[in-house]
Amino acid sequence: MEIWRLPISASQRGKLISAGYTSLSSLSSISSSSDLARELKVSESEAMNILKVASHSRGSETSNASCSIVEGIYRFSSIIEFSCRQASLYLVKFNLSRAQSAWDMLHDEESLMHITTSSADLDNILGGGIHCKEVTEIGWSSLSLIVNSVLKYKLTTAFGSESIIFMLIGGVPGIGKTQLGIQIAVNVQIPNDFGGLGGKAVYIDTEGSFMVERAFQIAEACIEDMSEYNRFLRKDFQECKIKMLPQDILENIFYFRICSYTEQIALINYLDKFLSEHKDVKVIVVDSVTFHFRQDFDDMALRTRVLSGMALKLMNLAKRFSLAVVLLNQVTTKHTEASFQLALALGDSWSHTCTNRIVLYWNGNERYAYIDKSPSLRSASAAYSVTARGIRNSSSSCKRIKMM
Amino acid sequence: MANKLISEIPLPKSIANVFSARNISTAKDALSLTEFELMELLDVGLTEVRSALSQISEIVAPPYQTALSLMEQRFQNEHLGGHFPTGLKGLDAALCGGIPFGVLTELVGPAGIGKTQFCLKLSLLASLPTNYGGLDGRVIYIDVESKFSSRRLLEIGLRSFPEIFQMKEMAQEMAGRILVLRPTSLAEFTQSLEQIKVSLLQNQVKMLVIDSMAALVSGEHEQGARRQQTLSWHISFIKSLAEFSRIPVVVTNQVRSRNHDDASRYSFQVQSRDGAIETPMQYDSHLVAALGIQWAHAVTTRLVLEAKSGERFIKVAKSPISPPLAFPFHITSSGISLLSDDGKEVMGPEINAIHCQGSFPQTLDAGHNEIMNFGMEGLH
Repeated sequence: MEIWRLPISASQRGKLISAGYTSLSSLSSISSSSDLARELKVSESEAMNILKVASHSRGSETSNASCSIVEGIYRFSSIIEFSCRQASLYLVKFNLSRAQSAWDMLHDEESLMHITTSSADLDNILGGGIHCKEVTEIGWSSLSLIVNSVLKYKLTTAFGSESIIFMLIGGVPGIGKTQLGIQIAVNVQIPNDFGGLGGKAVYIDTEGSFMVERAFQIAEACIEDMSEYNRFLRKDFQECKIKMLPQDILENIFYFRICSYTEQIALINYLDKFLSEHKDVKVIVVDSVTFHFRQDFDDMALRTRVLSGMALKLMNLAKRFSLAVVLLNQVTTKHTEASFQLALALGDSWSHTCTNRIVLYWNGNERYAYIDKSPSLRSASAAYSVTARGIRNSSSSCKRIKMM
Repeated sequence: MANKLISEIPLPKSIANVFSARNISTAKDALSLTEFELMELLDVGLTEVRSALSQISEIVAPPYQTALSLMEQRFQNEHLGGHFPTGLKGLDAALCGGIPFGVLTELVGPAGIGKTQFCLKLSLLASLPTNYGGLDGRVIYIDVESKFSSRRLLEIGLRSFPEIFQMKEMAQEMAGRILVLRPTSLAEFTQSLEQIKVSLLQNQVKMLVIDSMAALVSGEHEQGARRQQTLSWHISFIKSLAEFSRIPVVVTNQVRSRNHDDASRYSFQVQSRDGAIETPMQYDSHLVAALGIQWAHAVTTRLVLEAKSGERFIKVAKSPISPPLAFPFHITSSGISLLSDDGKEVMGPEINAIHCQGSFPQTLDAGHNEIMNFGMEGLH
């Protein structure tokens, strides 16, 4: 590995190279930081820092497995216009001690908790039905409101560690993106006893479309559904009463209103700190991730860089705090093959960054969700409807799910 | 907050100096660069850049509110819980009390259907004292198409609230609260928007009406990408106006006929043509809203005014709180009013379709020529 790939400042790099250190192995011969400090004419602490960074990178280089990862990351980085050094930085963070075999990953994934969308069909195509067998057996589905099943989105990172949940939802105006966002922010709070996550939600509103009245309605309906479930299935468990009020649900939604893309970037940087103070946050909803980036940018290359940096940070958050990230996106029209079609906003390089993508669309009289892109789920579509109580199964759906 | 000066952020002295030496003076400049670009530019190590960025971010990031405190605040500080009643009972019930504060509400429909009538009625209502269901404040009415008729406004007032408008002083005061601006070009419109921003804070303005947004843009630009770009600034500016002054903003939009290149499906829908479920998005109407999809994303509530088999309907086509309901309405000398307060739920593509079939009944009194005249030719 060469010196220029080390995450150190430009002048330090210059000094190293002019002193003849061009590769990492040449640095390994240095035994003390004071030697290096004298040679480079820098302070001792600075030299120490350089050595620390170098040994870090060397550590990850010496193992075979990580070598291939390094290659992979560099290839990846060239695609998304990232500096190689930045990629190597991420590598330092995900050093090999966290590697996991595929078998372990499978176990981890099975133990992952899921957030329901409140529409059974929708959950089903999202890989939700499988993991809540016991629940379906006790007649849950006959209730037609599935509080428990799964909205599961996995991102198996290039680094081969645990799965996280990362998804993008797009659709035409009025299709119900914000509704789905609010529904998820409410459903994440369903307590463990009811098969939910019992977590809190961060709701980042860039458009000002969050309606607190609507969140209240959905929260009310959600609590009603839970007590319904209680009556039907848990007659013997008297102690398992619902003590939740819609107010409690609203209390646990942390709402951020963003007015410019700078604030959006700043907030996502800051979330790192916020989440370490609020460990019980289990979902971040961004509605919509694109709004400000569609207005304020002239320099498209800069936009791409900033966006992919933001996406990486979000993935990082999702991974560190094991939470779900749900991004809502607008649609735009795109000219392909001599015809105009609808496409998600922000262009092609952005669509690489998201691992899972759902498109909401109209089909005849019904709203449909379609899995446009996913590494682990088969492409499928399901009908859903937006009711006064929130997102629910499409009213006329018995065999609506259509695998493609 | 985005343009906060870095010198005002309590960074370590040494790094603050580096920032200013490299001409990175605002948080926006710093945050638009990636960590590595900053390292390169500032010539400092990664840890320094990181800690500086996280400090900047913490200050620039807006504070959070829980949804509960948001709701409590709305109910405490705002008249009627943040909704402005339109006086059309069915519609108000569907919209949780009326037109929401702080967001855009769009009226879209064919010419002559009654968009301006609705706007007139709303601005009149907003100027009324609170005990008559108004907002007791000024209204700014941006009249792009020169359709505002003060005579009609006063007539609506006289018929609906005779006890106020029969007194000359009162009528004068109410009408005096409605300020009409008539920009003739997009540049002028932009200018007046910027002025409005100041006067919103000074003048107790309680509602903003723009009639119509589409006329401005379609007058000046050909269709396509350029139009979208010109509009995007206005979209976000008007949205932020609504938001920070927490007033209802009503904007009208025209219709145009559907182009063959108007996209209504995704590439994956086109590909899977074999399936039986696949129904082509066939509308029986050939009209679409004049401003495109980006605009449609920006409005929070869209009300479609349309004519179907001789009746006029007002339809909630997009709303975060209401199902898609359609209410029959008519326009009388006292303004727009609903024929029935029970809405009929519409389904599927009907929600977004804009109908304009047959001539709609003219229930206006004679003598309102300005209303009879406008825009009836284009109908069939």
